[in-house]
This record gives sequence, C-alpha cells and structure tokens, in this order.
Amino acid sequence: MGYNCVVLIKQVPDTKRITGDVMNDDGTVKRSALPAIFNPEDLNALEMALQIKDKFGGHITVITMGLPAASDILRDSLFRGVDEAILLTDRRCAASDTLATSYILSCAVKKLDYDIVLCGRQAIDGDTAQVGPQLAEKLGITQITYVEELTELNGKTITARRNIGNGFQQVKAPLPVLLTVTGDANEPRVAAAKKMMKYKNALTPIEIQQKITAENPDAVQSEIKELAEHKYGKLVEKGLLIKQWDLDAIEADLSWCGMSGSPTKVHRIQSVVLAAKESKEIEPDEKAVSDMIHELIADKIIA
Amino acid sequence: MIEVNRKGEVWVFAEQHDGRLEDTPVELMSKARHLADTLGVKLAAVVLGDGVKDLATKLIQYGADKVYLAEHPLLRAYQTNSYAKVIFDLIHKHTPQIVLYGATIAGRDLAPRIASATRAGLTADCTDLQIGDHTTARDKKVHKNLLFQIRPAFGGNIIATIINPDRWPQMATVREGVMPMPEPDGKRKGRIVEEEVTLAQHDLPLEILEEHKREKKVDLKAARIIVAGGAGLGSKDNFKLVWDLANCLGGAPAATRAAVDLSFIDHDHQVGQTGTTVRPSLYIAVGISGAIQHQAGMSQSQKIVAINNDPDAPIFGVAHYKIIGDLNEVVPMMIKSVREKS
Ligand SMILES: Cc1cc2nc3c(=O)[nH]c(=O)nc-3n(C[C@H](O)[C@H](O)[C@H](O)COP(=O)(O)OP(=O)(O)OC[C@H]3O[C@@H](n4cnc5c(N)ncnc54)[C@H](O)[C@@H]3O)c2cc1C
Ligand SMILES: Cc1cc2nc3c(=O)[nH]c(=O)nc-3n(C[C@H](O)[C@H](O)[C@H](O)COP(=O)(O)OP(=O)(O)OC[C@H]3O[C@@H](n4cnc5c(N)ncnc54)[C@H](O)[C@@H]3O)c2cc1C
Repeated sequence: MGYNCVVLIKQVPDTKRITGDVMNDDGTVKRSALPAIFNPEDLNALEMALQIKDKFGGHITVITMGLPAASDILRDSLFRGVDEAILLTDRRCAASDTLATSYILSCAVKKLDYDIVLCGRQAIDGDTAQVGPQLAEKLGITQITYVEELTELNGKTITARRNIGNGFQQVKAPLPVLLTVTGDANEPRVAAAKKMMKYKNALTPIEIQQKITAENPDAVQSEIKELAEHKYGKLVEKGLLIKQWDLDAIEADLSWCGMSGSPTKVHRIQSVVLAAKESKEIEPDEKAVSDMIHELIADKIIA
Repeated sequence: MIEVNRKGEVWVFAEQHDGRLEDTPVELMSKARHLADTLGVKLAAVVLGDGVKDLATKLIQYGADKVYLAEHPLLRAYQTNSYAKVIFDLIHKHTPQIVLYGATIAGRDLAPRIASATRAGLTADCTDLQIGDHTTARDKKVHKNLLFQIRPAFGGNIIATIINPDRWPQMATVREGVMPMPEPDGKRKGRIVEEEVTLAQHDLPLEILEEHKREKKVDLKAARIIVAGGAGLGSKDNFKLVWDLANCLGGAPAATRAAVDLSFIDHDHQVGQTGTTVRPSLYIAVGISGAIQHQAGMSQSQKIVAINNDPDAPIFGVAHYKIIGDLNEVVPMMIKSVREKS
C-alpha cells in the first residue's frame, strides 16, 4: 500500500546573506535584494516524503502559498520527484500571520487526500515554527514536531524519533498525522537530470500571463487572455501546467485570511544596529592587560 | 478568541517534567510579575501534571499571586493534545489578558496548538516584553496598555515589536536565558486553585515508546564568568588556553559553533542561537568573529572582553574592552595577571 503525502513548502529570502545594504533606513528588509531560496528545512520534509514514496509507493503533492515567483520552488520539487505541485496565490493572502497562514493552508490541504502532512520545522524568515502545529490543529490531526527520523510506517501507524532538546523521544501515532521535520533528519537529494529536462518548462498560469504580457506589450487584455488560453492547452497536453489556486478555489472564509484574519500586528521593526556601547581599547601588552584585570577586580566583576 | 479584558490576569505556563520546573518559565516569572504590577492585575502560574502540588508553593515564592493546579494521571507526561485541551479550557474559563510560555521544545509545540484553537495571536521566541500604547495608522484609534512582544526575526537580523490589539489573550513564547532567574521569597503568600480535569485516553493520541534525556555536561547559565573560544584558537590543543583562563577565573569554558564543529569542545558548551543563551557578569570572547547567531546568545552579558587580531571583527561592536591583538600572546598575559592578583 502507498501513502499520500502533502508537503508544505515556502520560498524565503536567504537570510544568511544579509548585509548592511539589504536593510532599508526604517529597519525593514529589502526582500528583492536577497536571493529567494527553498526554505532549508522544507527540503528535509520533502526528502522524507520522497523516501516514503520510494519505499511504500504513493503520491506526493507540494503546496506553497506565496507570490508567483514561488513557482520556482514548485519546479524544483518536480525535479526532485513529486507528483503534483500547487501554487496558492492571491493578493488577499497578504499580511497573513501564522494563524491566517495555517488557516489558508488547511483549506488547501482539505481539498486533497492525505495520510501524512509534512512541514519544515521552521522558516528562516519569520522564524516562528508555528505554522506546522497550527495547521495540525486546524486539520484536527495529531502532530509530531521536531522529527529527526521516521522509524517505522506500518499500516495505519507511524513511529518517529523526535528531538527534545536534551535528548530524544520515540513516539507512535495513528495516521493521519502532521510532522515537522528538522534539518538533521536527512540529506536532501539533488534534482534528477531527467526530470529537470522534463519539467524545466513547466509553468503556472500566472507565469504564462506575465510572460505573454511581456512579449506582447501592445496587446489588449482580451488578446492576452486568448494567447494564454492557447498556451495553457498546450502545456496541459504535455503535463506541464502547474496547478494554481486562489482563495475562492479553496473556499476559504475571507474573514480568517490576510490582514483581517491575523490577530498579530507589527508595531515596529528595527534592524540590529548593535548598540554602540561605551568601550575601551586595551593595548595587547602586559601593562594594559594587567590594568584591565585590575579594573575588573575593582568593579567586583572578577571575584 | 476572547474579548479584550482589562481586568484579566497575567499567566505563565509553568512547564514541568518529572516534577521539576523548567528554567525558562521560572525566568519568566520576574518579568511577568513586573507586567502584572504595571497593569494592576494578578499574576498566576498554571501547572499541569500528576502529584505536582509542591511546585505550586515554589511558584508562589517566585512571584505568583495564584497558581492554577490541574492534576490528573493522564497529565503525568507532556503530550500536545491533552495539555492543549486543559489550558484551552482554563483560558476560556478565566479569560486572562496575557498568557506566556517558555520557548522550549514543549512550549513551541504546545502554544501554537492552543493559539490556533483559541484563534488568538501568538508571538514566537520573544527576548523582551513591555507594556505600551499603540495607535492604529488607519483610524488613529489608541490601544492602551498592550503587551509589546519583542522578538528577533529574519535570522536575527531584525527586531520586531509585535502586538495583538483586539483579539486576546495576548500570547507569546519567550526564549530561554534572556531574563534573570528570580530569587525565591519564602515569605510570599498566594492562593492555590485546584482545577477539575476531565480527560479520556483518546485525548492522548501519542504513545511515548521511549525517552532518553541526558544532563548537560556544563551549566553555562549558572556561570558568573564565561571564557568562550572560537575558530581563531586554531586547534583543539590550543583551545586549552580557553580552559586555562576559565579555570584561573573560576569560570566556565564555552565556544562558538565553528569551534564546536571543529571538535575543539563538546556542543554542550556552545553559546548562541542554536546553543545556550547566557548573561554572565563577564564574558571573554577569544578568537571569535561575533556572528549575529553568536551574539544572540551573549550580547546581554554585563561586561564583554573581546580579543581578536582583526580590528573590523563584529564582536568589537558589543565589547566593553577591545583588545586588538594575537590571542596567543594576550591570553597568557591575562592568565599571568589574574594569578598574580589573586
Ligand atoms: C519580522 C516578522 C515577525 C513576525 N512574527 C510573527 C509572530 O511572532 N507571530 C505570527 O503569528 N506571525 C509572525 N509573522 C508573520 C509570519 O512570518 C508569517 O505568517 C509567515 O507566513 C509564516 O510564518 P513563518 O515564516 O514563521 O513560518 P514557520 O511557522 O516557521 O514555518 C514552518 C513551516 O510551515 C510551512 N509554511 C510556512 N509558511 C508557508 C507558506 N506560506 N506556504 C507553505 N508552507 C508554509 C513550511 O513547511 C515551514 O517550514 C512575522 C513576520 C515578520 C516579517
Ligand atoms: C542557523 C544558524 C545558527 C547558528 N548558531 C550559532 C550558535 O548558536 N553559536 C555560534 O557561535 N554560531 C552559530 N552559527 C554560526 C555563526 O554564523 C558563525 O559561523 C560562527 O559563530 C563563527 O564562529 P567563530 O567566530 O569561532 O569563527 P570565525 O568566524 O571563523 O572567526 C574566527 C575569528 O578569530 C580571529 N582570529 C584568528 N586568529 C586569531 C589570533 N591568532 N588571535 C586573535 N584572533 C584571531 C579571526 O580574526 C576571526 O574573527 C549559526 C549559523 C547559522 C546559519
């Protein structure tokens, strides 16, 4: 028997590469100045799903909620071996906090058949690690967080090892289940060359529209629509049209989405300009070092 | 979700395992005490478990006015669903205005589950909490006395202040080690409220097959003086300089992730975002560049001495004493000087 896996993936700015010129004066981050990448731990979640499929068979769907540019990580997932990719994009998703994000994702997941839902432990931009547990609650299923190894899948039960900080725990749960997967779980595989050849031209409807609009600057709306329809048809024939949903398609209640569905608001943001402290420069010689130690003793910092 | 309730209490979820309180919620008590006093409301701790009544007395000594005690055999070991259900019910019964959790593994597993069920906001991994006013940009409405939840995001590169103006309770998880441990006060009086718990086996979908915990080899958080070494030490042999300086100061040796990855020392000694957060009286950084992830764990130290031969090393941005020089010369000088003085 196979297992149906749904993997939630997020495109994130590469926050490891932040330098001074990436920050705006008001302390916000110029997202466009940073390369957008596949959230690292989502690759571990995806790898876990691929290993389940390798061993037991089944079907893998990846979903991302984000801007049209997030289609990149959907194609990347197709290169690595998923069966289906879905872009969930809608302006009305903007400003969603983790509660609204998990609500929207739950509406999408409910449209699918699933045994195992997989998330990364944490996204490297929001850094909250809240979406996984909130999604599990919204789906009404059991969660196993901080998973570092899938020990066993047997019929309708799963056994997994979770990191508990100062050690580990082996837990067993009935399916369906939601796992949040840590970076230690596995080494994500690279894209398969054959699949890359096959899917490199896969596109989402919104990308097709953007492309056609760019190629035909003088065309009116109706012409663009016609050209796009034609292109969709061609891609569907080849199995290269990536599915795209908006909030209507997943029948989301708009009052729980975006700004109105988000109880948390940002009051302010500051960049970490490290507070210039009162500091002294000490020469690297015996006398200066000894004076410093003396001062620290006098200040009762050293007993 | 509950209504804005100005008389609501401030709550701390007092996480315990095997009858022992976790450090992080205890650290939270002094800050929560301050918040409750500012708002003029009571501070309550919430304890779940089985046979843990003695913890309630301790929590009163740490500053609680009240302790909600929920005991049940099925609450003996932590599980997401059973704990979430009991706390969800308590929140709806008593409508607190603020609920705080330690950002521990269990806290970060539990709090989002409760937030989702309550449809309340939750701020992750805060490093500070304050009370303040907020004016909505659109309609200029003033919200008085909100909880300012201050947290790093974007891999530590920004600090965001998050608020929940109208959907309460205001909930947050708080990072370990960023608030000082309160001293217990044996004379404090408080009330223990025993709560009735109804749970059935189906509230515990998980079966915990086995659990391995190990004690950390060092307790960096308790150390008054820490000497931390980085990749600049060059080798495990040379890292002995860090041990020697720590020993003669009566301090604890610590390290950066780079030094741990190079096997200079065990991971238990790592300071930073993925290690321990410390706030000693004295932190001596030896051959450490001062990456943001390292600073996240040590910038709150009372006095910081940095030794580095690169004048542009970011660690100098947080140091009180900057020594630009070769650690192989400076550290022996320090050891000698300390030995002479004591
Ligand atoms: C500076 C700043 C601070 C913030 N602080 C908070 C806060 O304290 N509380 C709060 O509620 N919101 C907060 N937000 C909003 C939050 O970042 C967004 O709601 C974000 O969409 C999801 O949170 P995350 O990035 O922390 O994801 P995490 O919860 O860390 O993500 C965990 C996993 O969930 C899945 N996932 C997450 N987002 C998506 C997605 N869009 N599509 C598919 N899968 C996904 C992935 O598998 C991911 O690995 C903050 C935003 C900013 C900019
Ligand atoms: C998600 C994430 C989490 C992380 N978590 C942590 C964490 O918890 N803790 C942590 O520490 N890091 C963490 N890091 C790693 C962090 O980004 C840095 O890579 C690390 O802190 C660097 O360690 P270092 O300062 O020892 O090494 P380096 O950056 O290599 O610095 C070595 C320094 O030694 C100096 N030096 C060399 N020779 C001498 C000499 N003879 N005399 C004097 N000075 C000398 C050099 O000038 C240099 O500044 C994390 C990274 C990521 C991406």
